[in-house]
Amino acid sequence: MTKSELIETISARQSQLSSKDVELAVKTILEHMSQALAVGERIEIRGFGSFSLHYREPRRGRNPKTGDTVELTGKYVPHFKPGKELRERVNLGLQAGL
Amino acid sequence: MTALTKSEMAERLFEELGLNKREAKEIVELFFEEIRACLEGNEQVKLSGFGNFDLRDKSQRPGRNPKTGEEIPISARRVVTFRPGQKLKARVEEYVGTDPQ
Repeated sequence: MTKSELIETISARQSQLSSKDVELAVKTILEHMSQALAVGERIEIRGFGSFSLHYREPRRGRNPKTGDTVELTGKYVPHFKPGKELRERVNLGLQAGL
Repeated sequence: MTALTKSEMAERLFEELGLNKREAKEIVELFFEEIRACLEGNEQVKLSGFGNFDLRDKSQRPGRNPKTGEEIPISARRVVTFRPGQKLKARVEEYVGTDPQ
Protein backbone atom coordinates (compact mmCIF):
# COMPACT_ATOMS: atom_id res chain seq x y z
CA MET A 1 0.00 0.00 0.00
CA THR A 2 1.32 3.42 -0.95
CA LYS A 3 0.57 6.81 0.57
CA SER A 4 -2.08 7.56 -2.08
CA GLU A 5 -3.74 4.17 -1.48
CA LEU A 6 -3.72 4.84 2.27
CA ILE A 7 -5.44 8.19 1.60
CA GLU A 8 -8.10 6.43 -0.54
CA THR A 9 -8.70 3.76 2.11
CA ILE A 10 -9.10 6.32 4.89
CA SER A 11 -11.44 8.41 2.70
CA ALA A 12 -13.63 5.37 2.10
CA ARG A 13 -13.83 4.67 5.86
CA GLN A 14 -15.25 8.06 6.84
CA SER A 15 -17.98 10.31 5.51
CA GLN A 16 -17.31 13.86 6.72
CA LEU A 17 -14.13 14.80 4.89
CA SER A 18 -13.29 15.09 1.21
CA SER A 19 -10.38 13.00 -0.09
CA LYS A 20 -8.48 16.29 -0.56
CA ASP A 21 -8.85 16.99 3.17
CA VAL A 22 -7.80 13.42 4.01
CA GLU A 23 -4.75 13.85 1.76
CA LEU A 24 -3.76 17.04 3.59
CA ALA A 25 -4.34 15.35 6.94
CA VAL A 26 -2.16 12.34 6.08
CA LYS A 27 0.63 14.59 4.81
CA THR A 28 0.37 16.76 7.93
CA ILE A 29 0.61 13.70 10.21
CA LEU A 30 3.69 12.39 8.37
CA GLU A 31 5.34 15.82 8.42
CA HIS A 32 4.60 16.15 12.16
CA MET A 33 6.22 12.76 12.77
CA SER A 34 9.28 13.64 10.66
CA GLN A 35 9.66 16.98 12.44
CA ALA A 36 9.54 15.29 15.83
CA LEU A 37 12.28 12.81 14.89
CA ALA A 38 14.37 15.58 13.28
CA VAL A 39 14.60 17.33 16.66
CA GLY A 40 15.28 14.11 18.56
CA GLU A 41 11.78 13.67 19.97
CA ARG A 42 10.31 10.17 20.36
CA ILE A 43 6.92 9.16 18.95
CA GLU A 44 4.72 6.83 21.01
CA ILE A 45 1.53 5.34 19.57
CA ARG A 46 -0.09 2.78 21.83
CA GLY A 47 -0.93 -0.44 20.00
CA PHE A 48 1.12 0.62 16.98
CA GLY A 49 4.65 1.21 18.18
CA SER A 50 7.28 3.79 19.02
CA PHE A 51 9.84 5.64 16.96
CA SER A 52 13.11 6.85 18.45
CA LEU A 53 16.62 7.69 17.33
CA HIS A 54 19.52 5.28 17.60
CA TYR A 55 23.07 6.60 17.64
CA ARG A 56 25.66 5.25 15.22
CA GLU A 57 29.26 5.62 16.39
CA PRO A 58 31.74 7.43 14.16
CA ARG A 59 33.65 4.96 12.03
CA ARG A 60 36.18 4.72 9.25
CA GLY A 61 34.51 3.85 5.96
CA ARG A 62 35.58 3.44 2.38
CA ASN A 63 34.49 5.05 -0.84
CA PRO A 64 33.34 1.97 -2.76
CA LYS A 65 34.41 3.51 -6.10
CA THR A 66 37.92 4.66 -5.25
CA GLY A 67 38.71 2.53 -2.20
CA ASP A 68 39.79 5.67 -0.34
CA THR A 69 39.35 5.72 3.41
CA VAL A 70 36.80 8.28 4.66
CA GLU A 71 36.11 9.33 8.23
CA LEU A 72 32.37 9.01 8.96
CA THR A 73 31.05 11.09 11.83
CA GLY A 74 28.62 9.73 14.41
CA LYS A 75 24.99 10.09 13.42
CA TYR A 76 21.43 9.33 14.45
CA VAL A 77 19.14 6.97 12.56
CA PRO A 78 15.37 6.50 13.03
CA HIS A 79 14.31 3.28 14.74
CA PHE A 80 10.83 1.71 15.01
CA LYS A 81 9.75 -0.74 17.68
CA PRO A 82 6.37 -2.35 16.92
CA GLY A 83 3.80 -2.28 19.74
CA LYS A 84 2.02 -5.28 21.22
CA GLU A 85 -1.18 -5.06 19.17
CA LEU A 86 0.72 -4.66 15.89
CA ARG A 87 3.02 -7.60 16.71
CA GLU A 88 0.05 -9.80 17.60
CA ARG A 89 -2.06 -8.87 14.58
CA VAL A 90 0.78 -9.42 12.12
CA ASN A 91 1.24 -12.90 13.62
CA LEU A 92 -2.49 -13.60 13.32
CA GLY A 93 -2.05 -12.88 9.62
CA LEU A 94 0.71 -15.49 9.47
CA GLN A 95 -1.47 -18.06 11.27
CA ALA A 96 -4.37 -17.30 8.92
CA GLY A 97 -2.09 -18.28 6.06
CA LEU A 98 -1.71 -14.79 4.56
CA MET B 1 11.54 15.93 26.01
CA THR B 2 8.08 14.37 25.97
CA ALA B 3 7.07 12.02 23.17
CA LEU B 4 4.77 12.90 20.29
CA THR B 5 1.39 11.18 20.71
CA LYS B 6 -1.87 10.81 18.79
CA SER B 7 -3.53 13.63 20.71
CA GLU B 8 -0.88 16.14 19.61
CA MET B 9 -1.23 14.95 16.02
CA ALA B 10 -5.00 15.51 16.22
CA GLU B 11 -4.41 18.92 17.82
CA ARG B 12 -2.24 19.94 14.84
CA LEU B 13 -4.93 18.82 12.35
CA PHE B 14 -7.38 21.01 14.26
CA GLU B 15 -5.03 24.02 14.30
CA GLU B 16 -3.53 23.80 10.82
CA LEU B 17 -6.33 22.31 8.73
CA GLY B 18 -9.35 23.42 10.73
CA LEU B 19 -10.75 19.91 11.13
CA ASN B 20 -13.07 19.74 14.13
CA LYS B 21 -11.67 17.85 17.11
CA ARG B 22 -13.75 14.74 16.54
CA GLU B 23 -12.78 14.52 12.85
CA ALA B 24 -9.12 15.13 13.67
CA LYS B 25 -9.09 12.37 16.28
CA GLU B 26 -10.84 9.97 13.89
CA ILE B 27 -8.37 10.61 11.05
CA VAL B 28 -5.38 10.00 13.31
CA GLU B 29 -6.96 6.73 14.53
CA LEU B 30 -7.73 5.64 10.96
CA PHE B 31 -4.21 6.50 9.82
CA PHE B 32 -2.61 4.04 12.24
CA GLU B 33 -5.42 1.48 12.00
CA GLU B 34 -5.27 1.24 8.21
CA ILE B 35 -1.49 0.75 8.31
CA ARG B 36 -1.94 -2.03 10.92
CA ALA B 37 -4.72 -3.68 8.89
CA CYS B 38 -2.57 -3.66 5.76
CA LEU B 39 0.41 -5.20 7.59
CA GLU B 40 -1.89 -7.78 9.17
CA GLY B 41 -2.82 -8.81 5.62
CA ASN B 42 0.90 -9.32 4.90
CA GLU B 43 1.14 -6.27 2.65
CA GLN B 44 4.05 -3.83 2.83
CA VAL B 45 3.25 -0.11 3.46
CA LYS B 46 5.31 2.46 1.56
CA LEU B 47 5.06 6.08 2.69
CA SER B 48 7.30 8.08 0.39
CA GLY B 49 9.47 10.66 2.14
CA PHE B 50 8.94 8.88 5.47
CA GLY B 51 9.73 5.20 5.11
CA ASN B 52 8.52 1.67 4.44
CA PHE B 53 6.98 -0.84 6.83
CA ASP B 54 8.10 -4.27 5.65
CA LEU B 55 7.24 -7.78 6.83
CA ARG B 56 9.68 -10.60 7.46
CA ASP B 57 8.88 -14.21 8.20
CA LYS B 58 11.20 -15.80 10.74
CA SER B 59 11.47 -19.54 11.16
CA GLN B 60 11.53 -21.25 14.54
CA ARG B 61 14.87 -21.00 16.37
CA PRO B 62 16.26 -22.21 19.67
CA GLY B 63 15.94 -19.83 22.60
CA ARG B 64 16.38 -19.78 26.34
CA ASN B 65 14.43 -18.53 29.29
CA PRO B 66 16.88 -15.88 30.54
CA LYS B 67 15.79 -16.41 34.16
CA THR B 68 15.98 -20.18 34.41
CA GLY B 69 18.37 -20.97 31.55
CA GLU B 70 15.84 -23.52 30.31
CA GLU B 71 15.85 -24.12 26.54
CA ILE B 72 12.57 -23.22 24.82
CA PRO B 73 12.10 -22.91 21.06
CA ILE B 74 11.13 -19.44 19.78
CA SER B 75 8.19 -20.12 17.49
CA ALA B 76 8.04 -19.12 13.82
CA ARG B 77 6.72 -15.58 13.53
CA ARG B 78 6.17 -12.63 11.24
CA VAL B 79 7.72 -9.33 12.26
CA VAL B 80 7.36 -5.73 11.09
CA THR B 81 10.49 -3.79 10.24
CA PHE B 82 10.70 -0.09 9.42
CA ARG B 83 13.10 1.20 6.79
CA PRO B 84 13.34 4.99 6.95
CA GLY B 85 13.30 6.79 3.60
CA GLN B 86 16.18 8.92 2.29
CA LYS B 87 14.43 12.17 3.17
CA LEU B 88 13.72 11.19 6.78
CA LYS B 89 17.25 9.76 7.23
CA ALA B 90 18.78 13.01 5.95
CA ARG B 91 16.63 15.11 8.31
CA VAL B 92 17.50 12.96 11.32
CA GLU B 93 21.23 12.79 10.53
CA GLU B 94 21.44 16.54 10.93
CA TYR B 95 20.26 16.22 14.52
CA VAL B 96 23.16 16.77 16.89
CA GLY B 97 21.76 15.40 20.09
CA THR B 98 23.35 15.45 23.50
CA ASP B 99 21.18 12.68 24.86
CA PRO B 100 21.31 9.50 22.74
CA GLN B 101 18.01 7.67 23.31
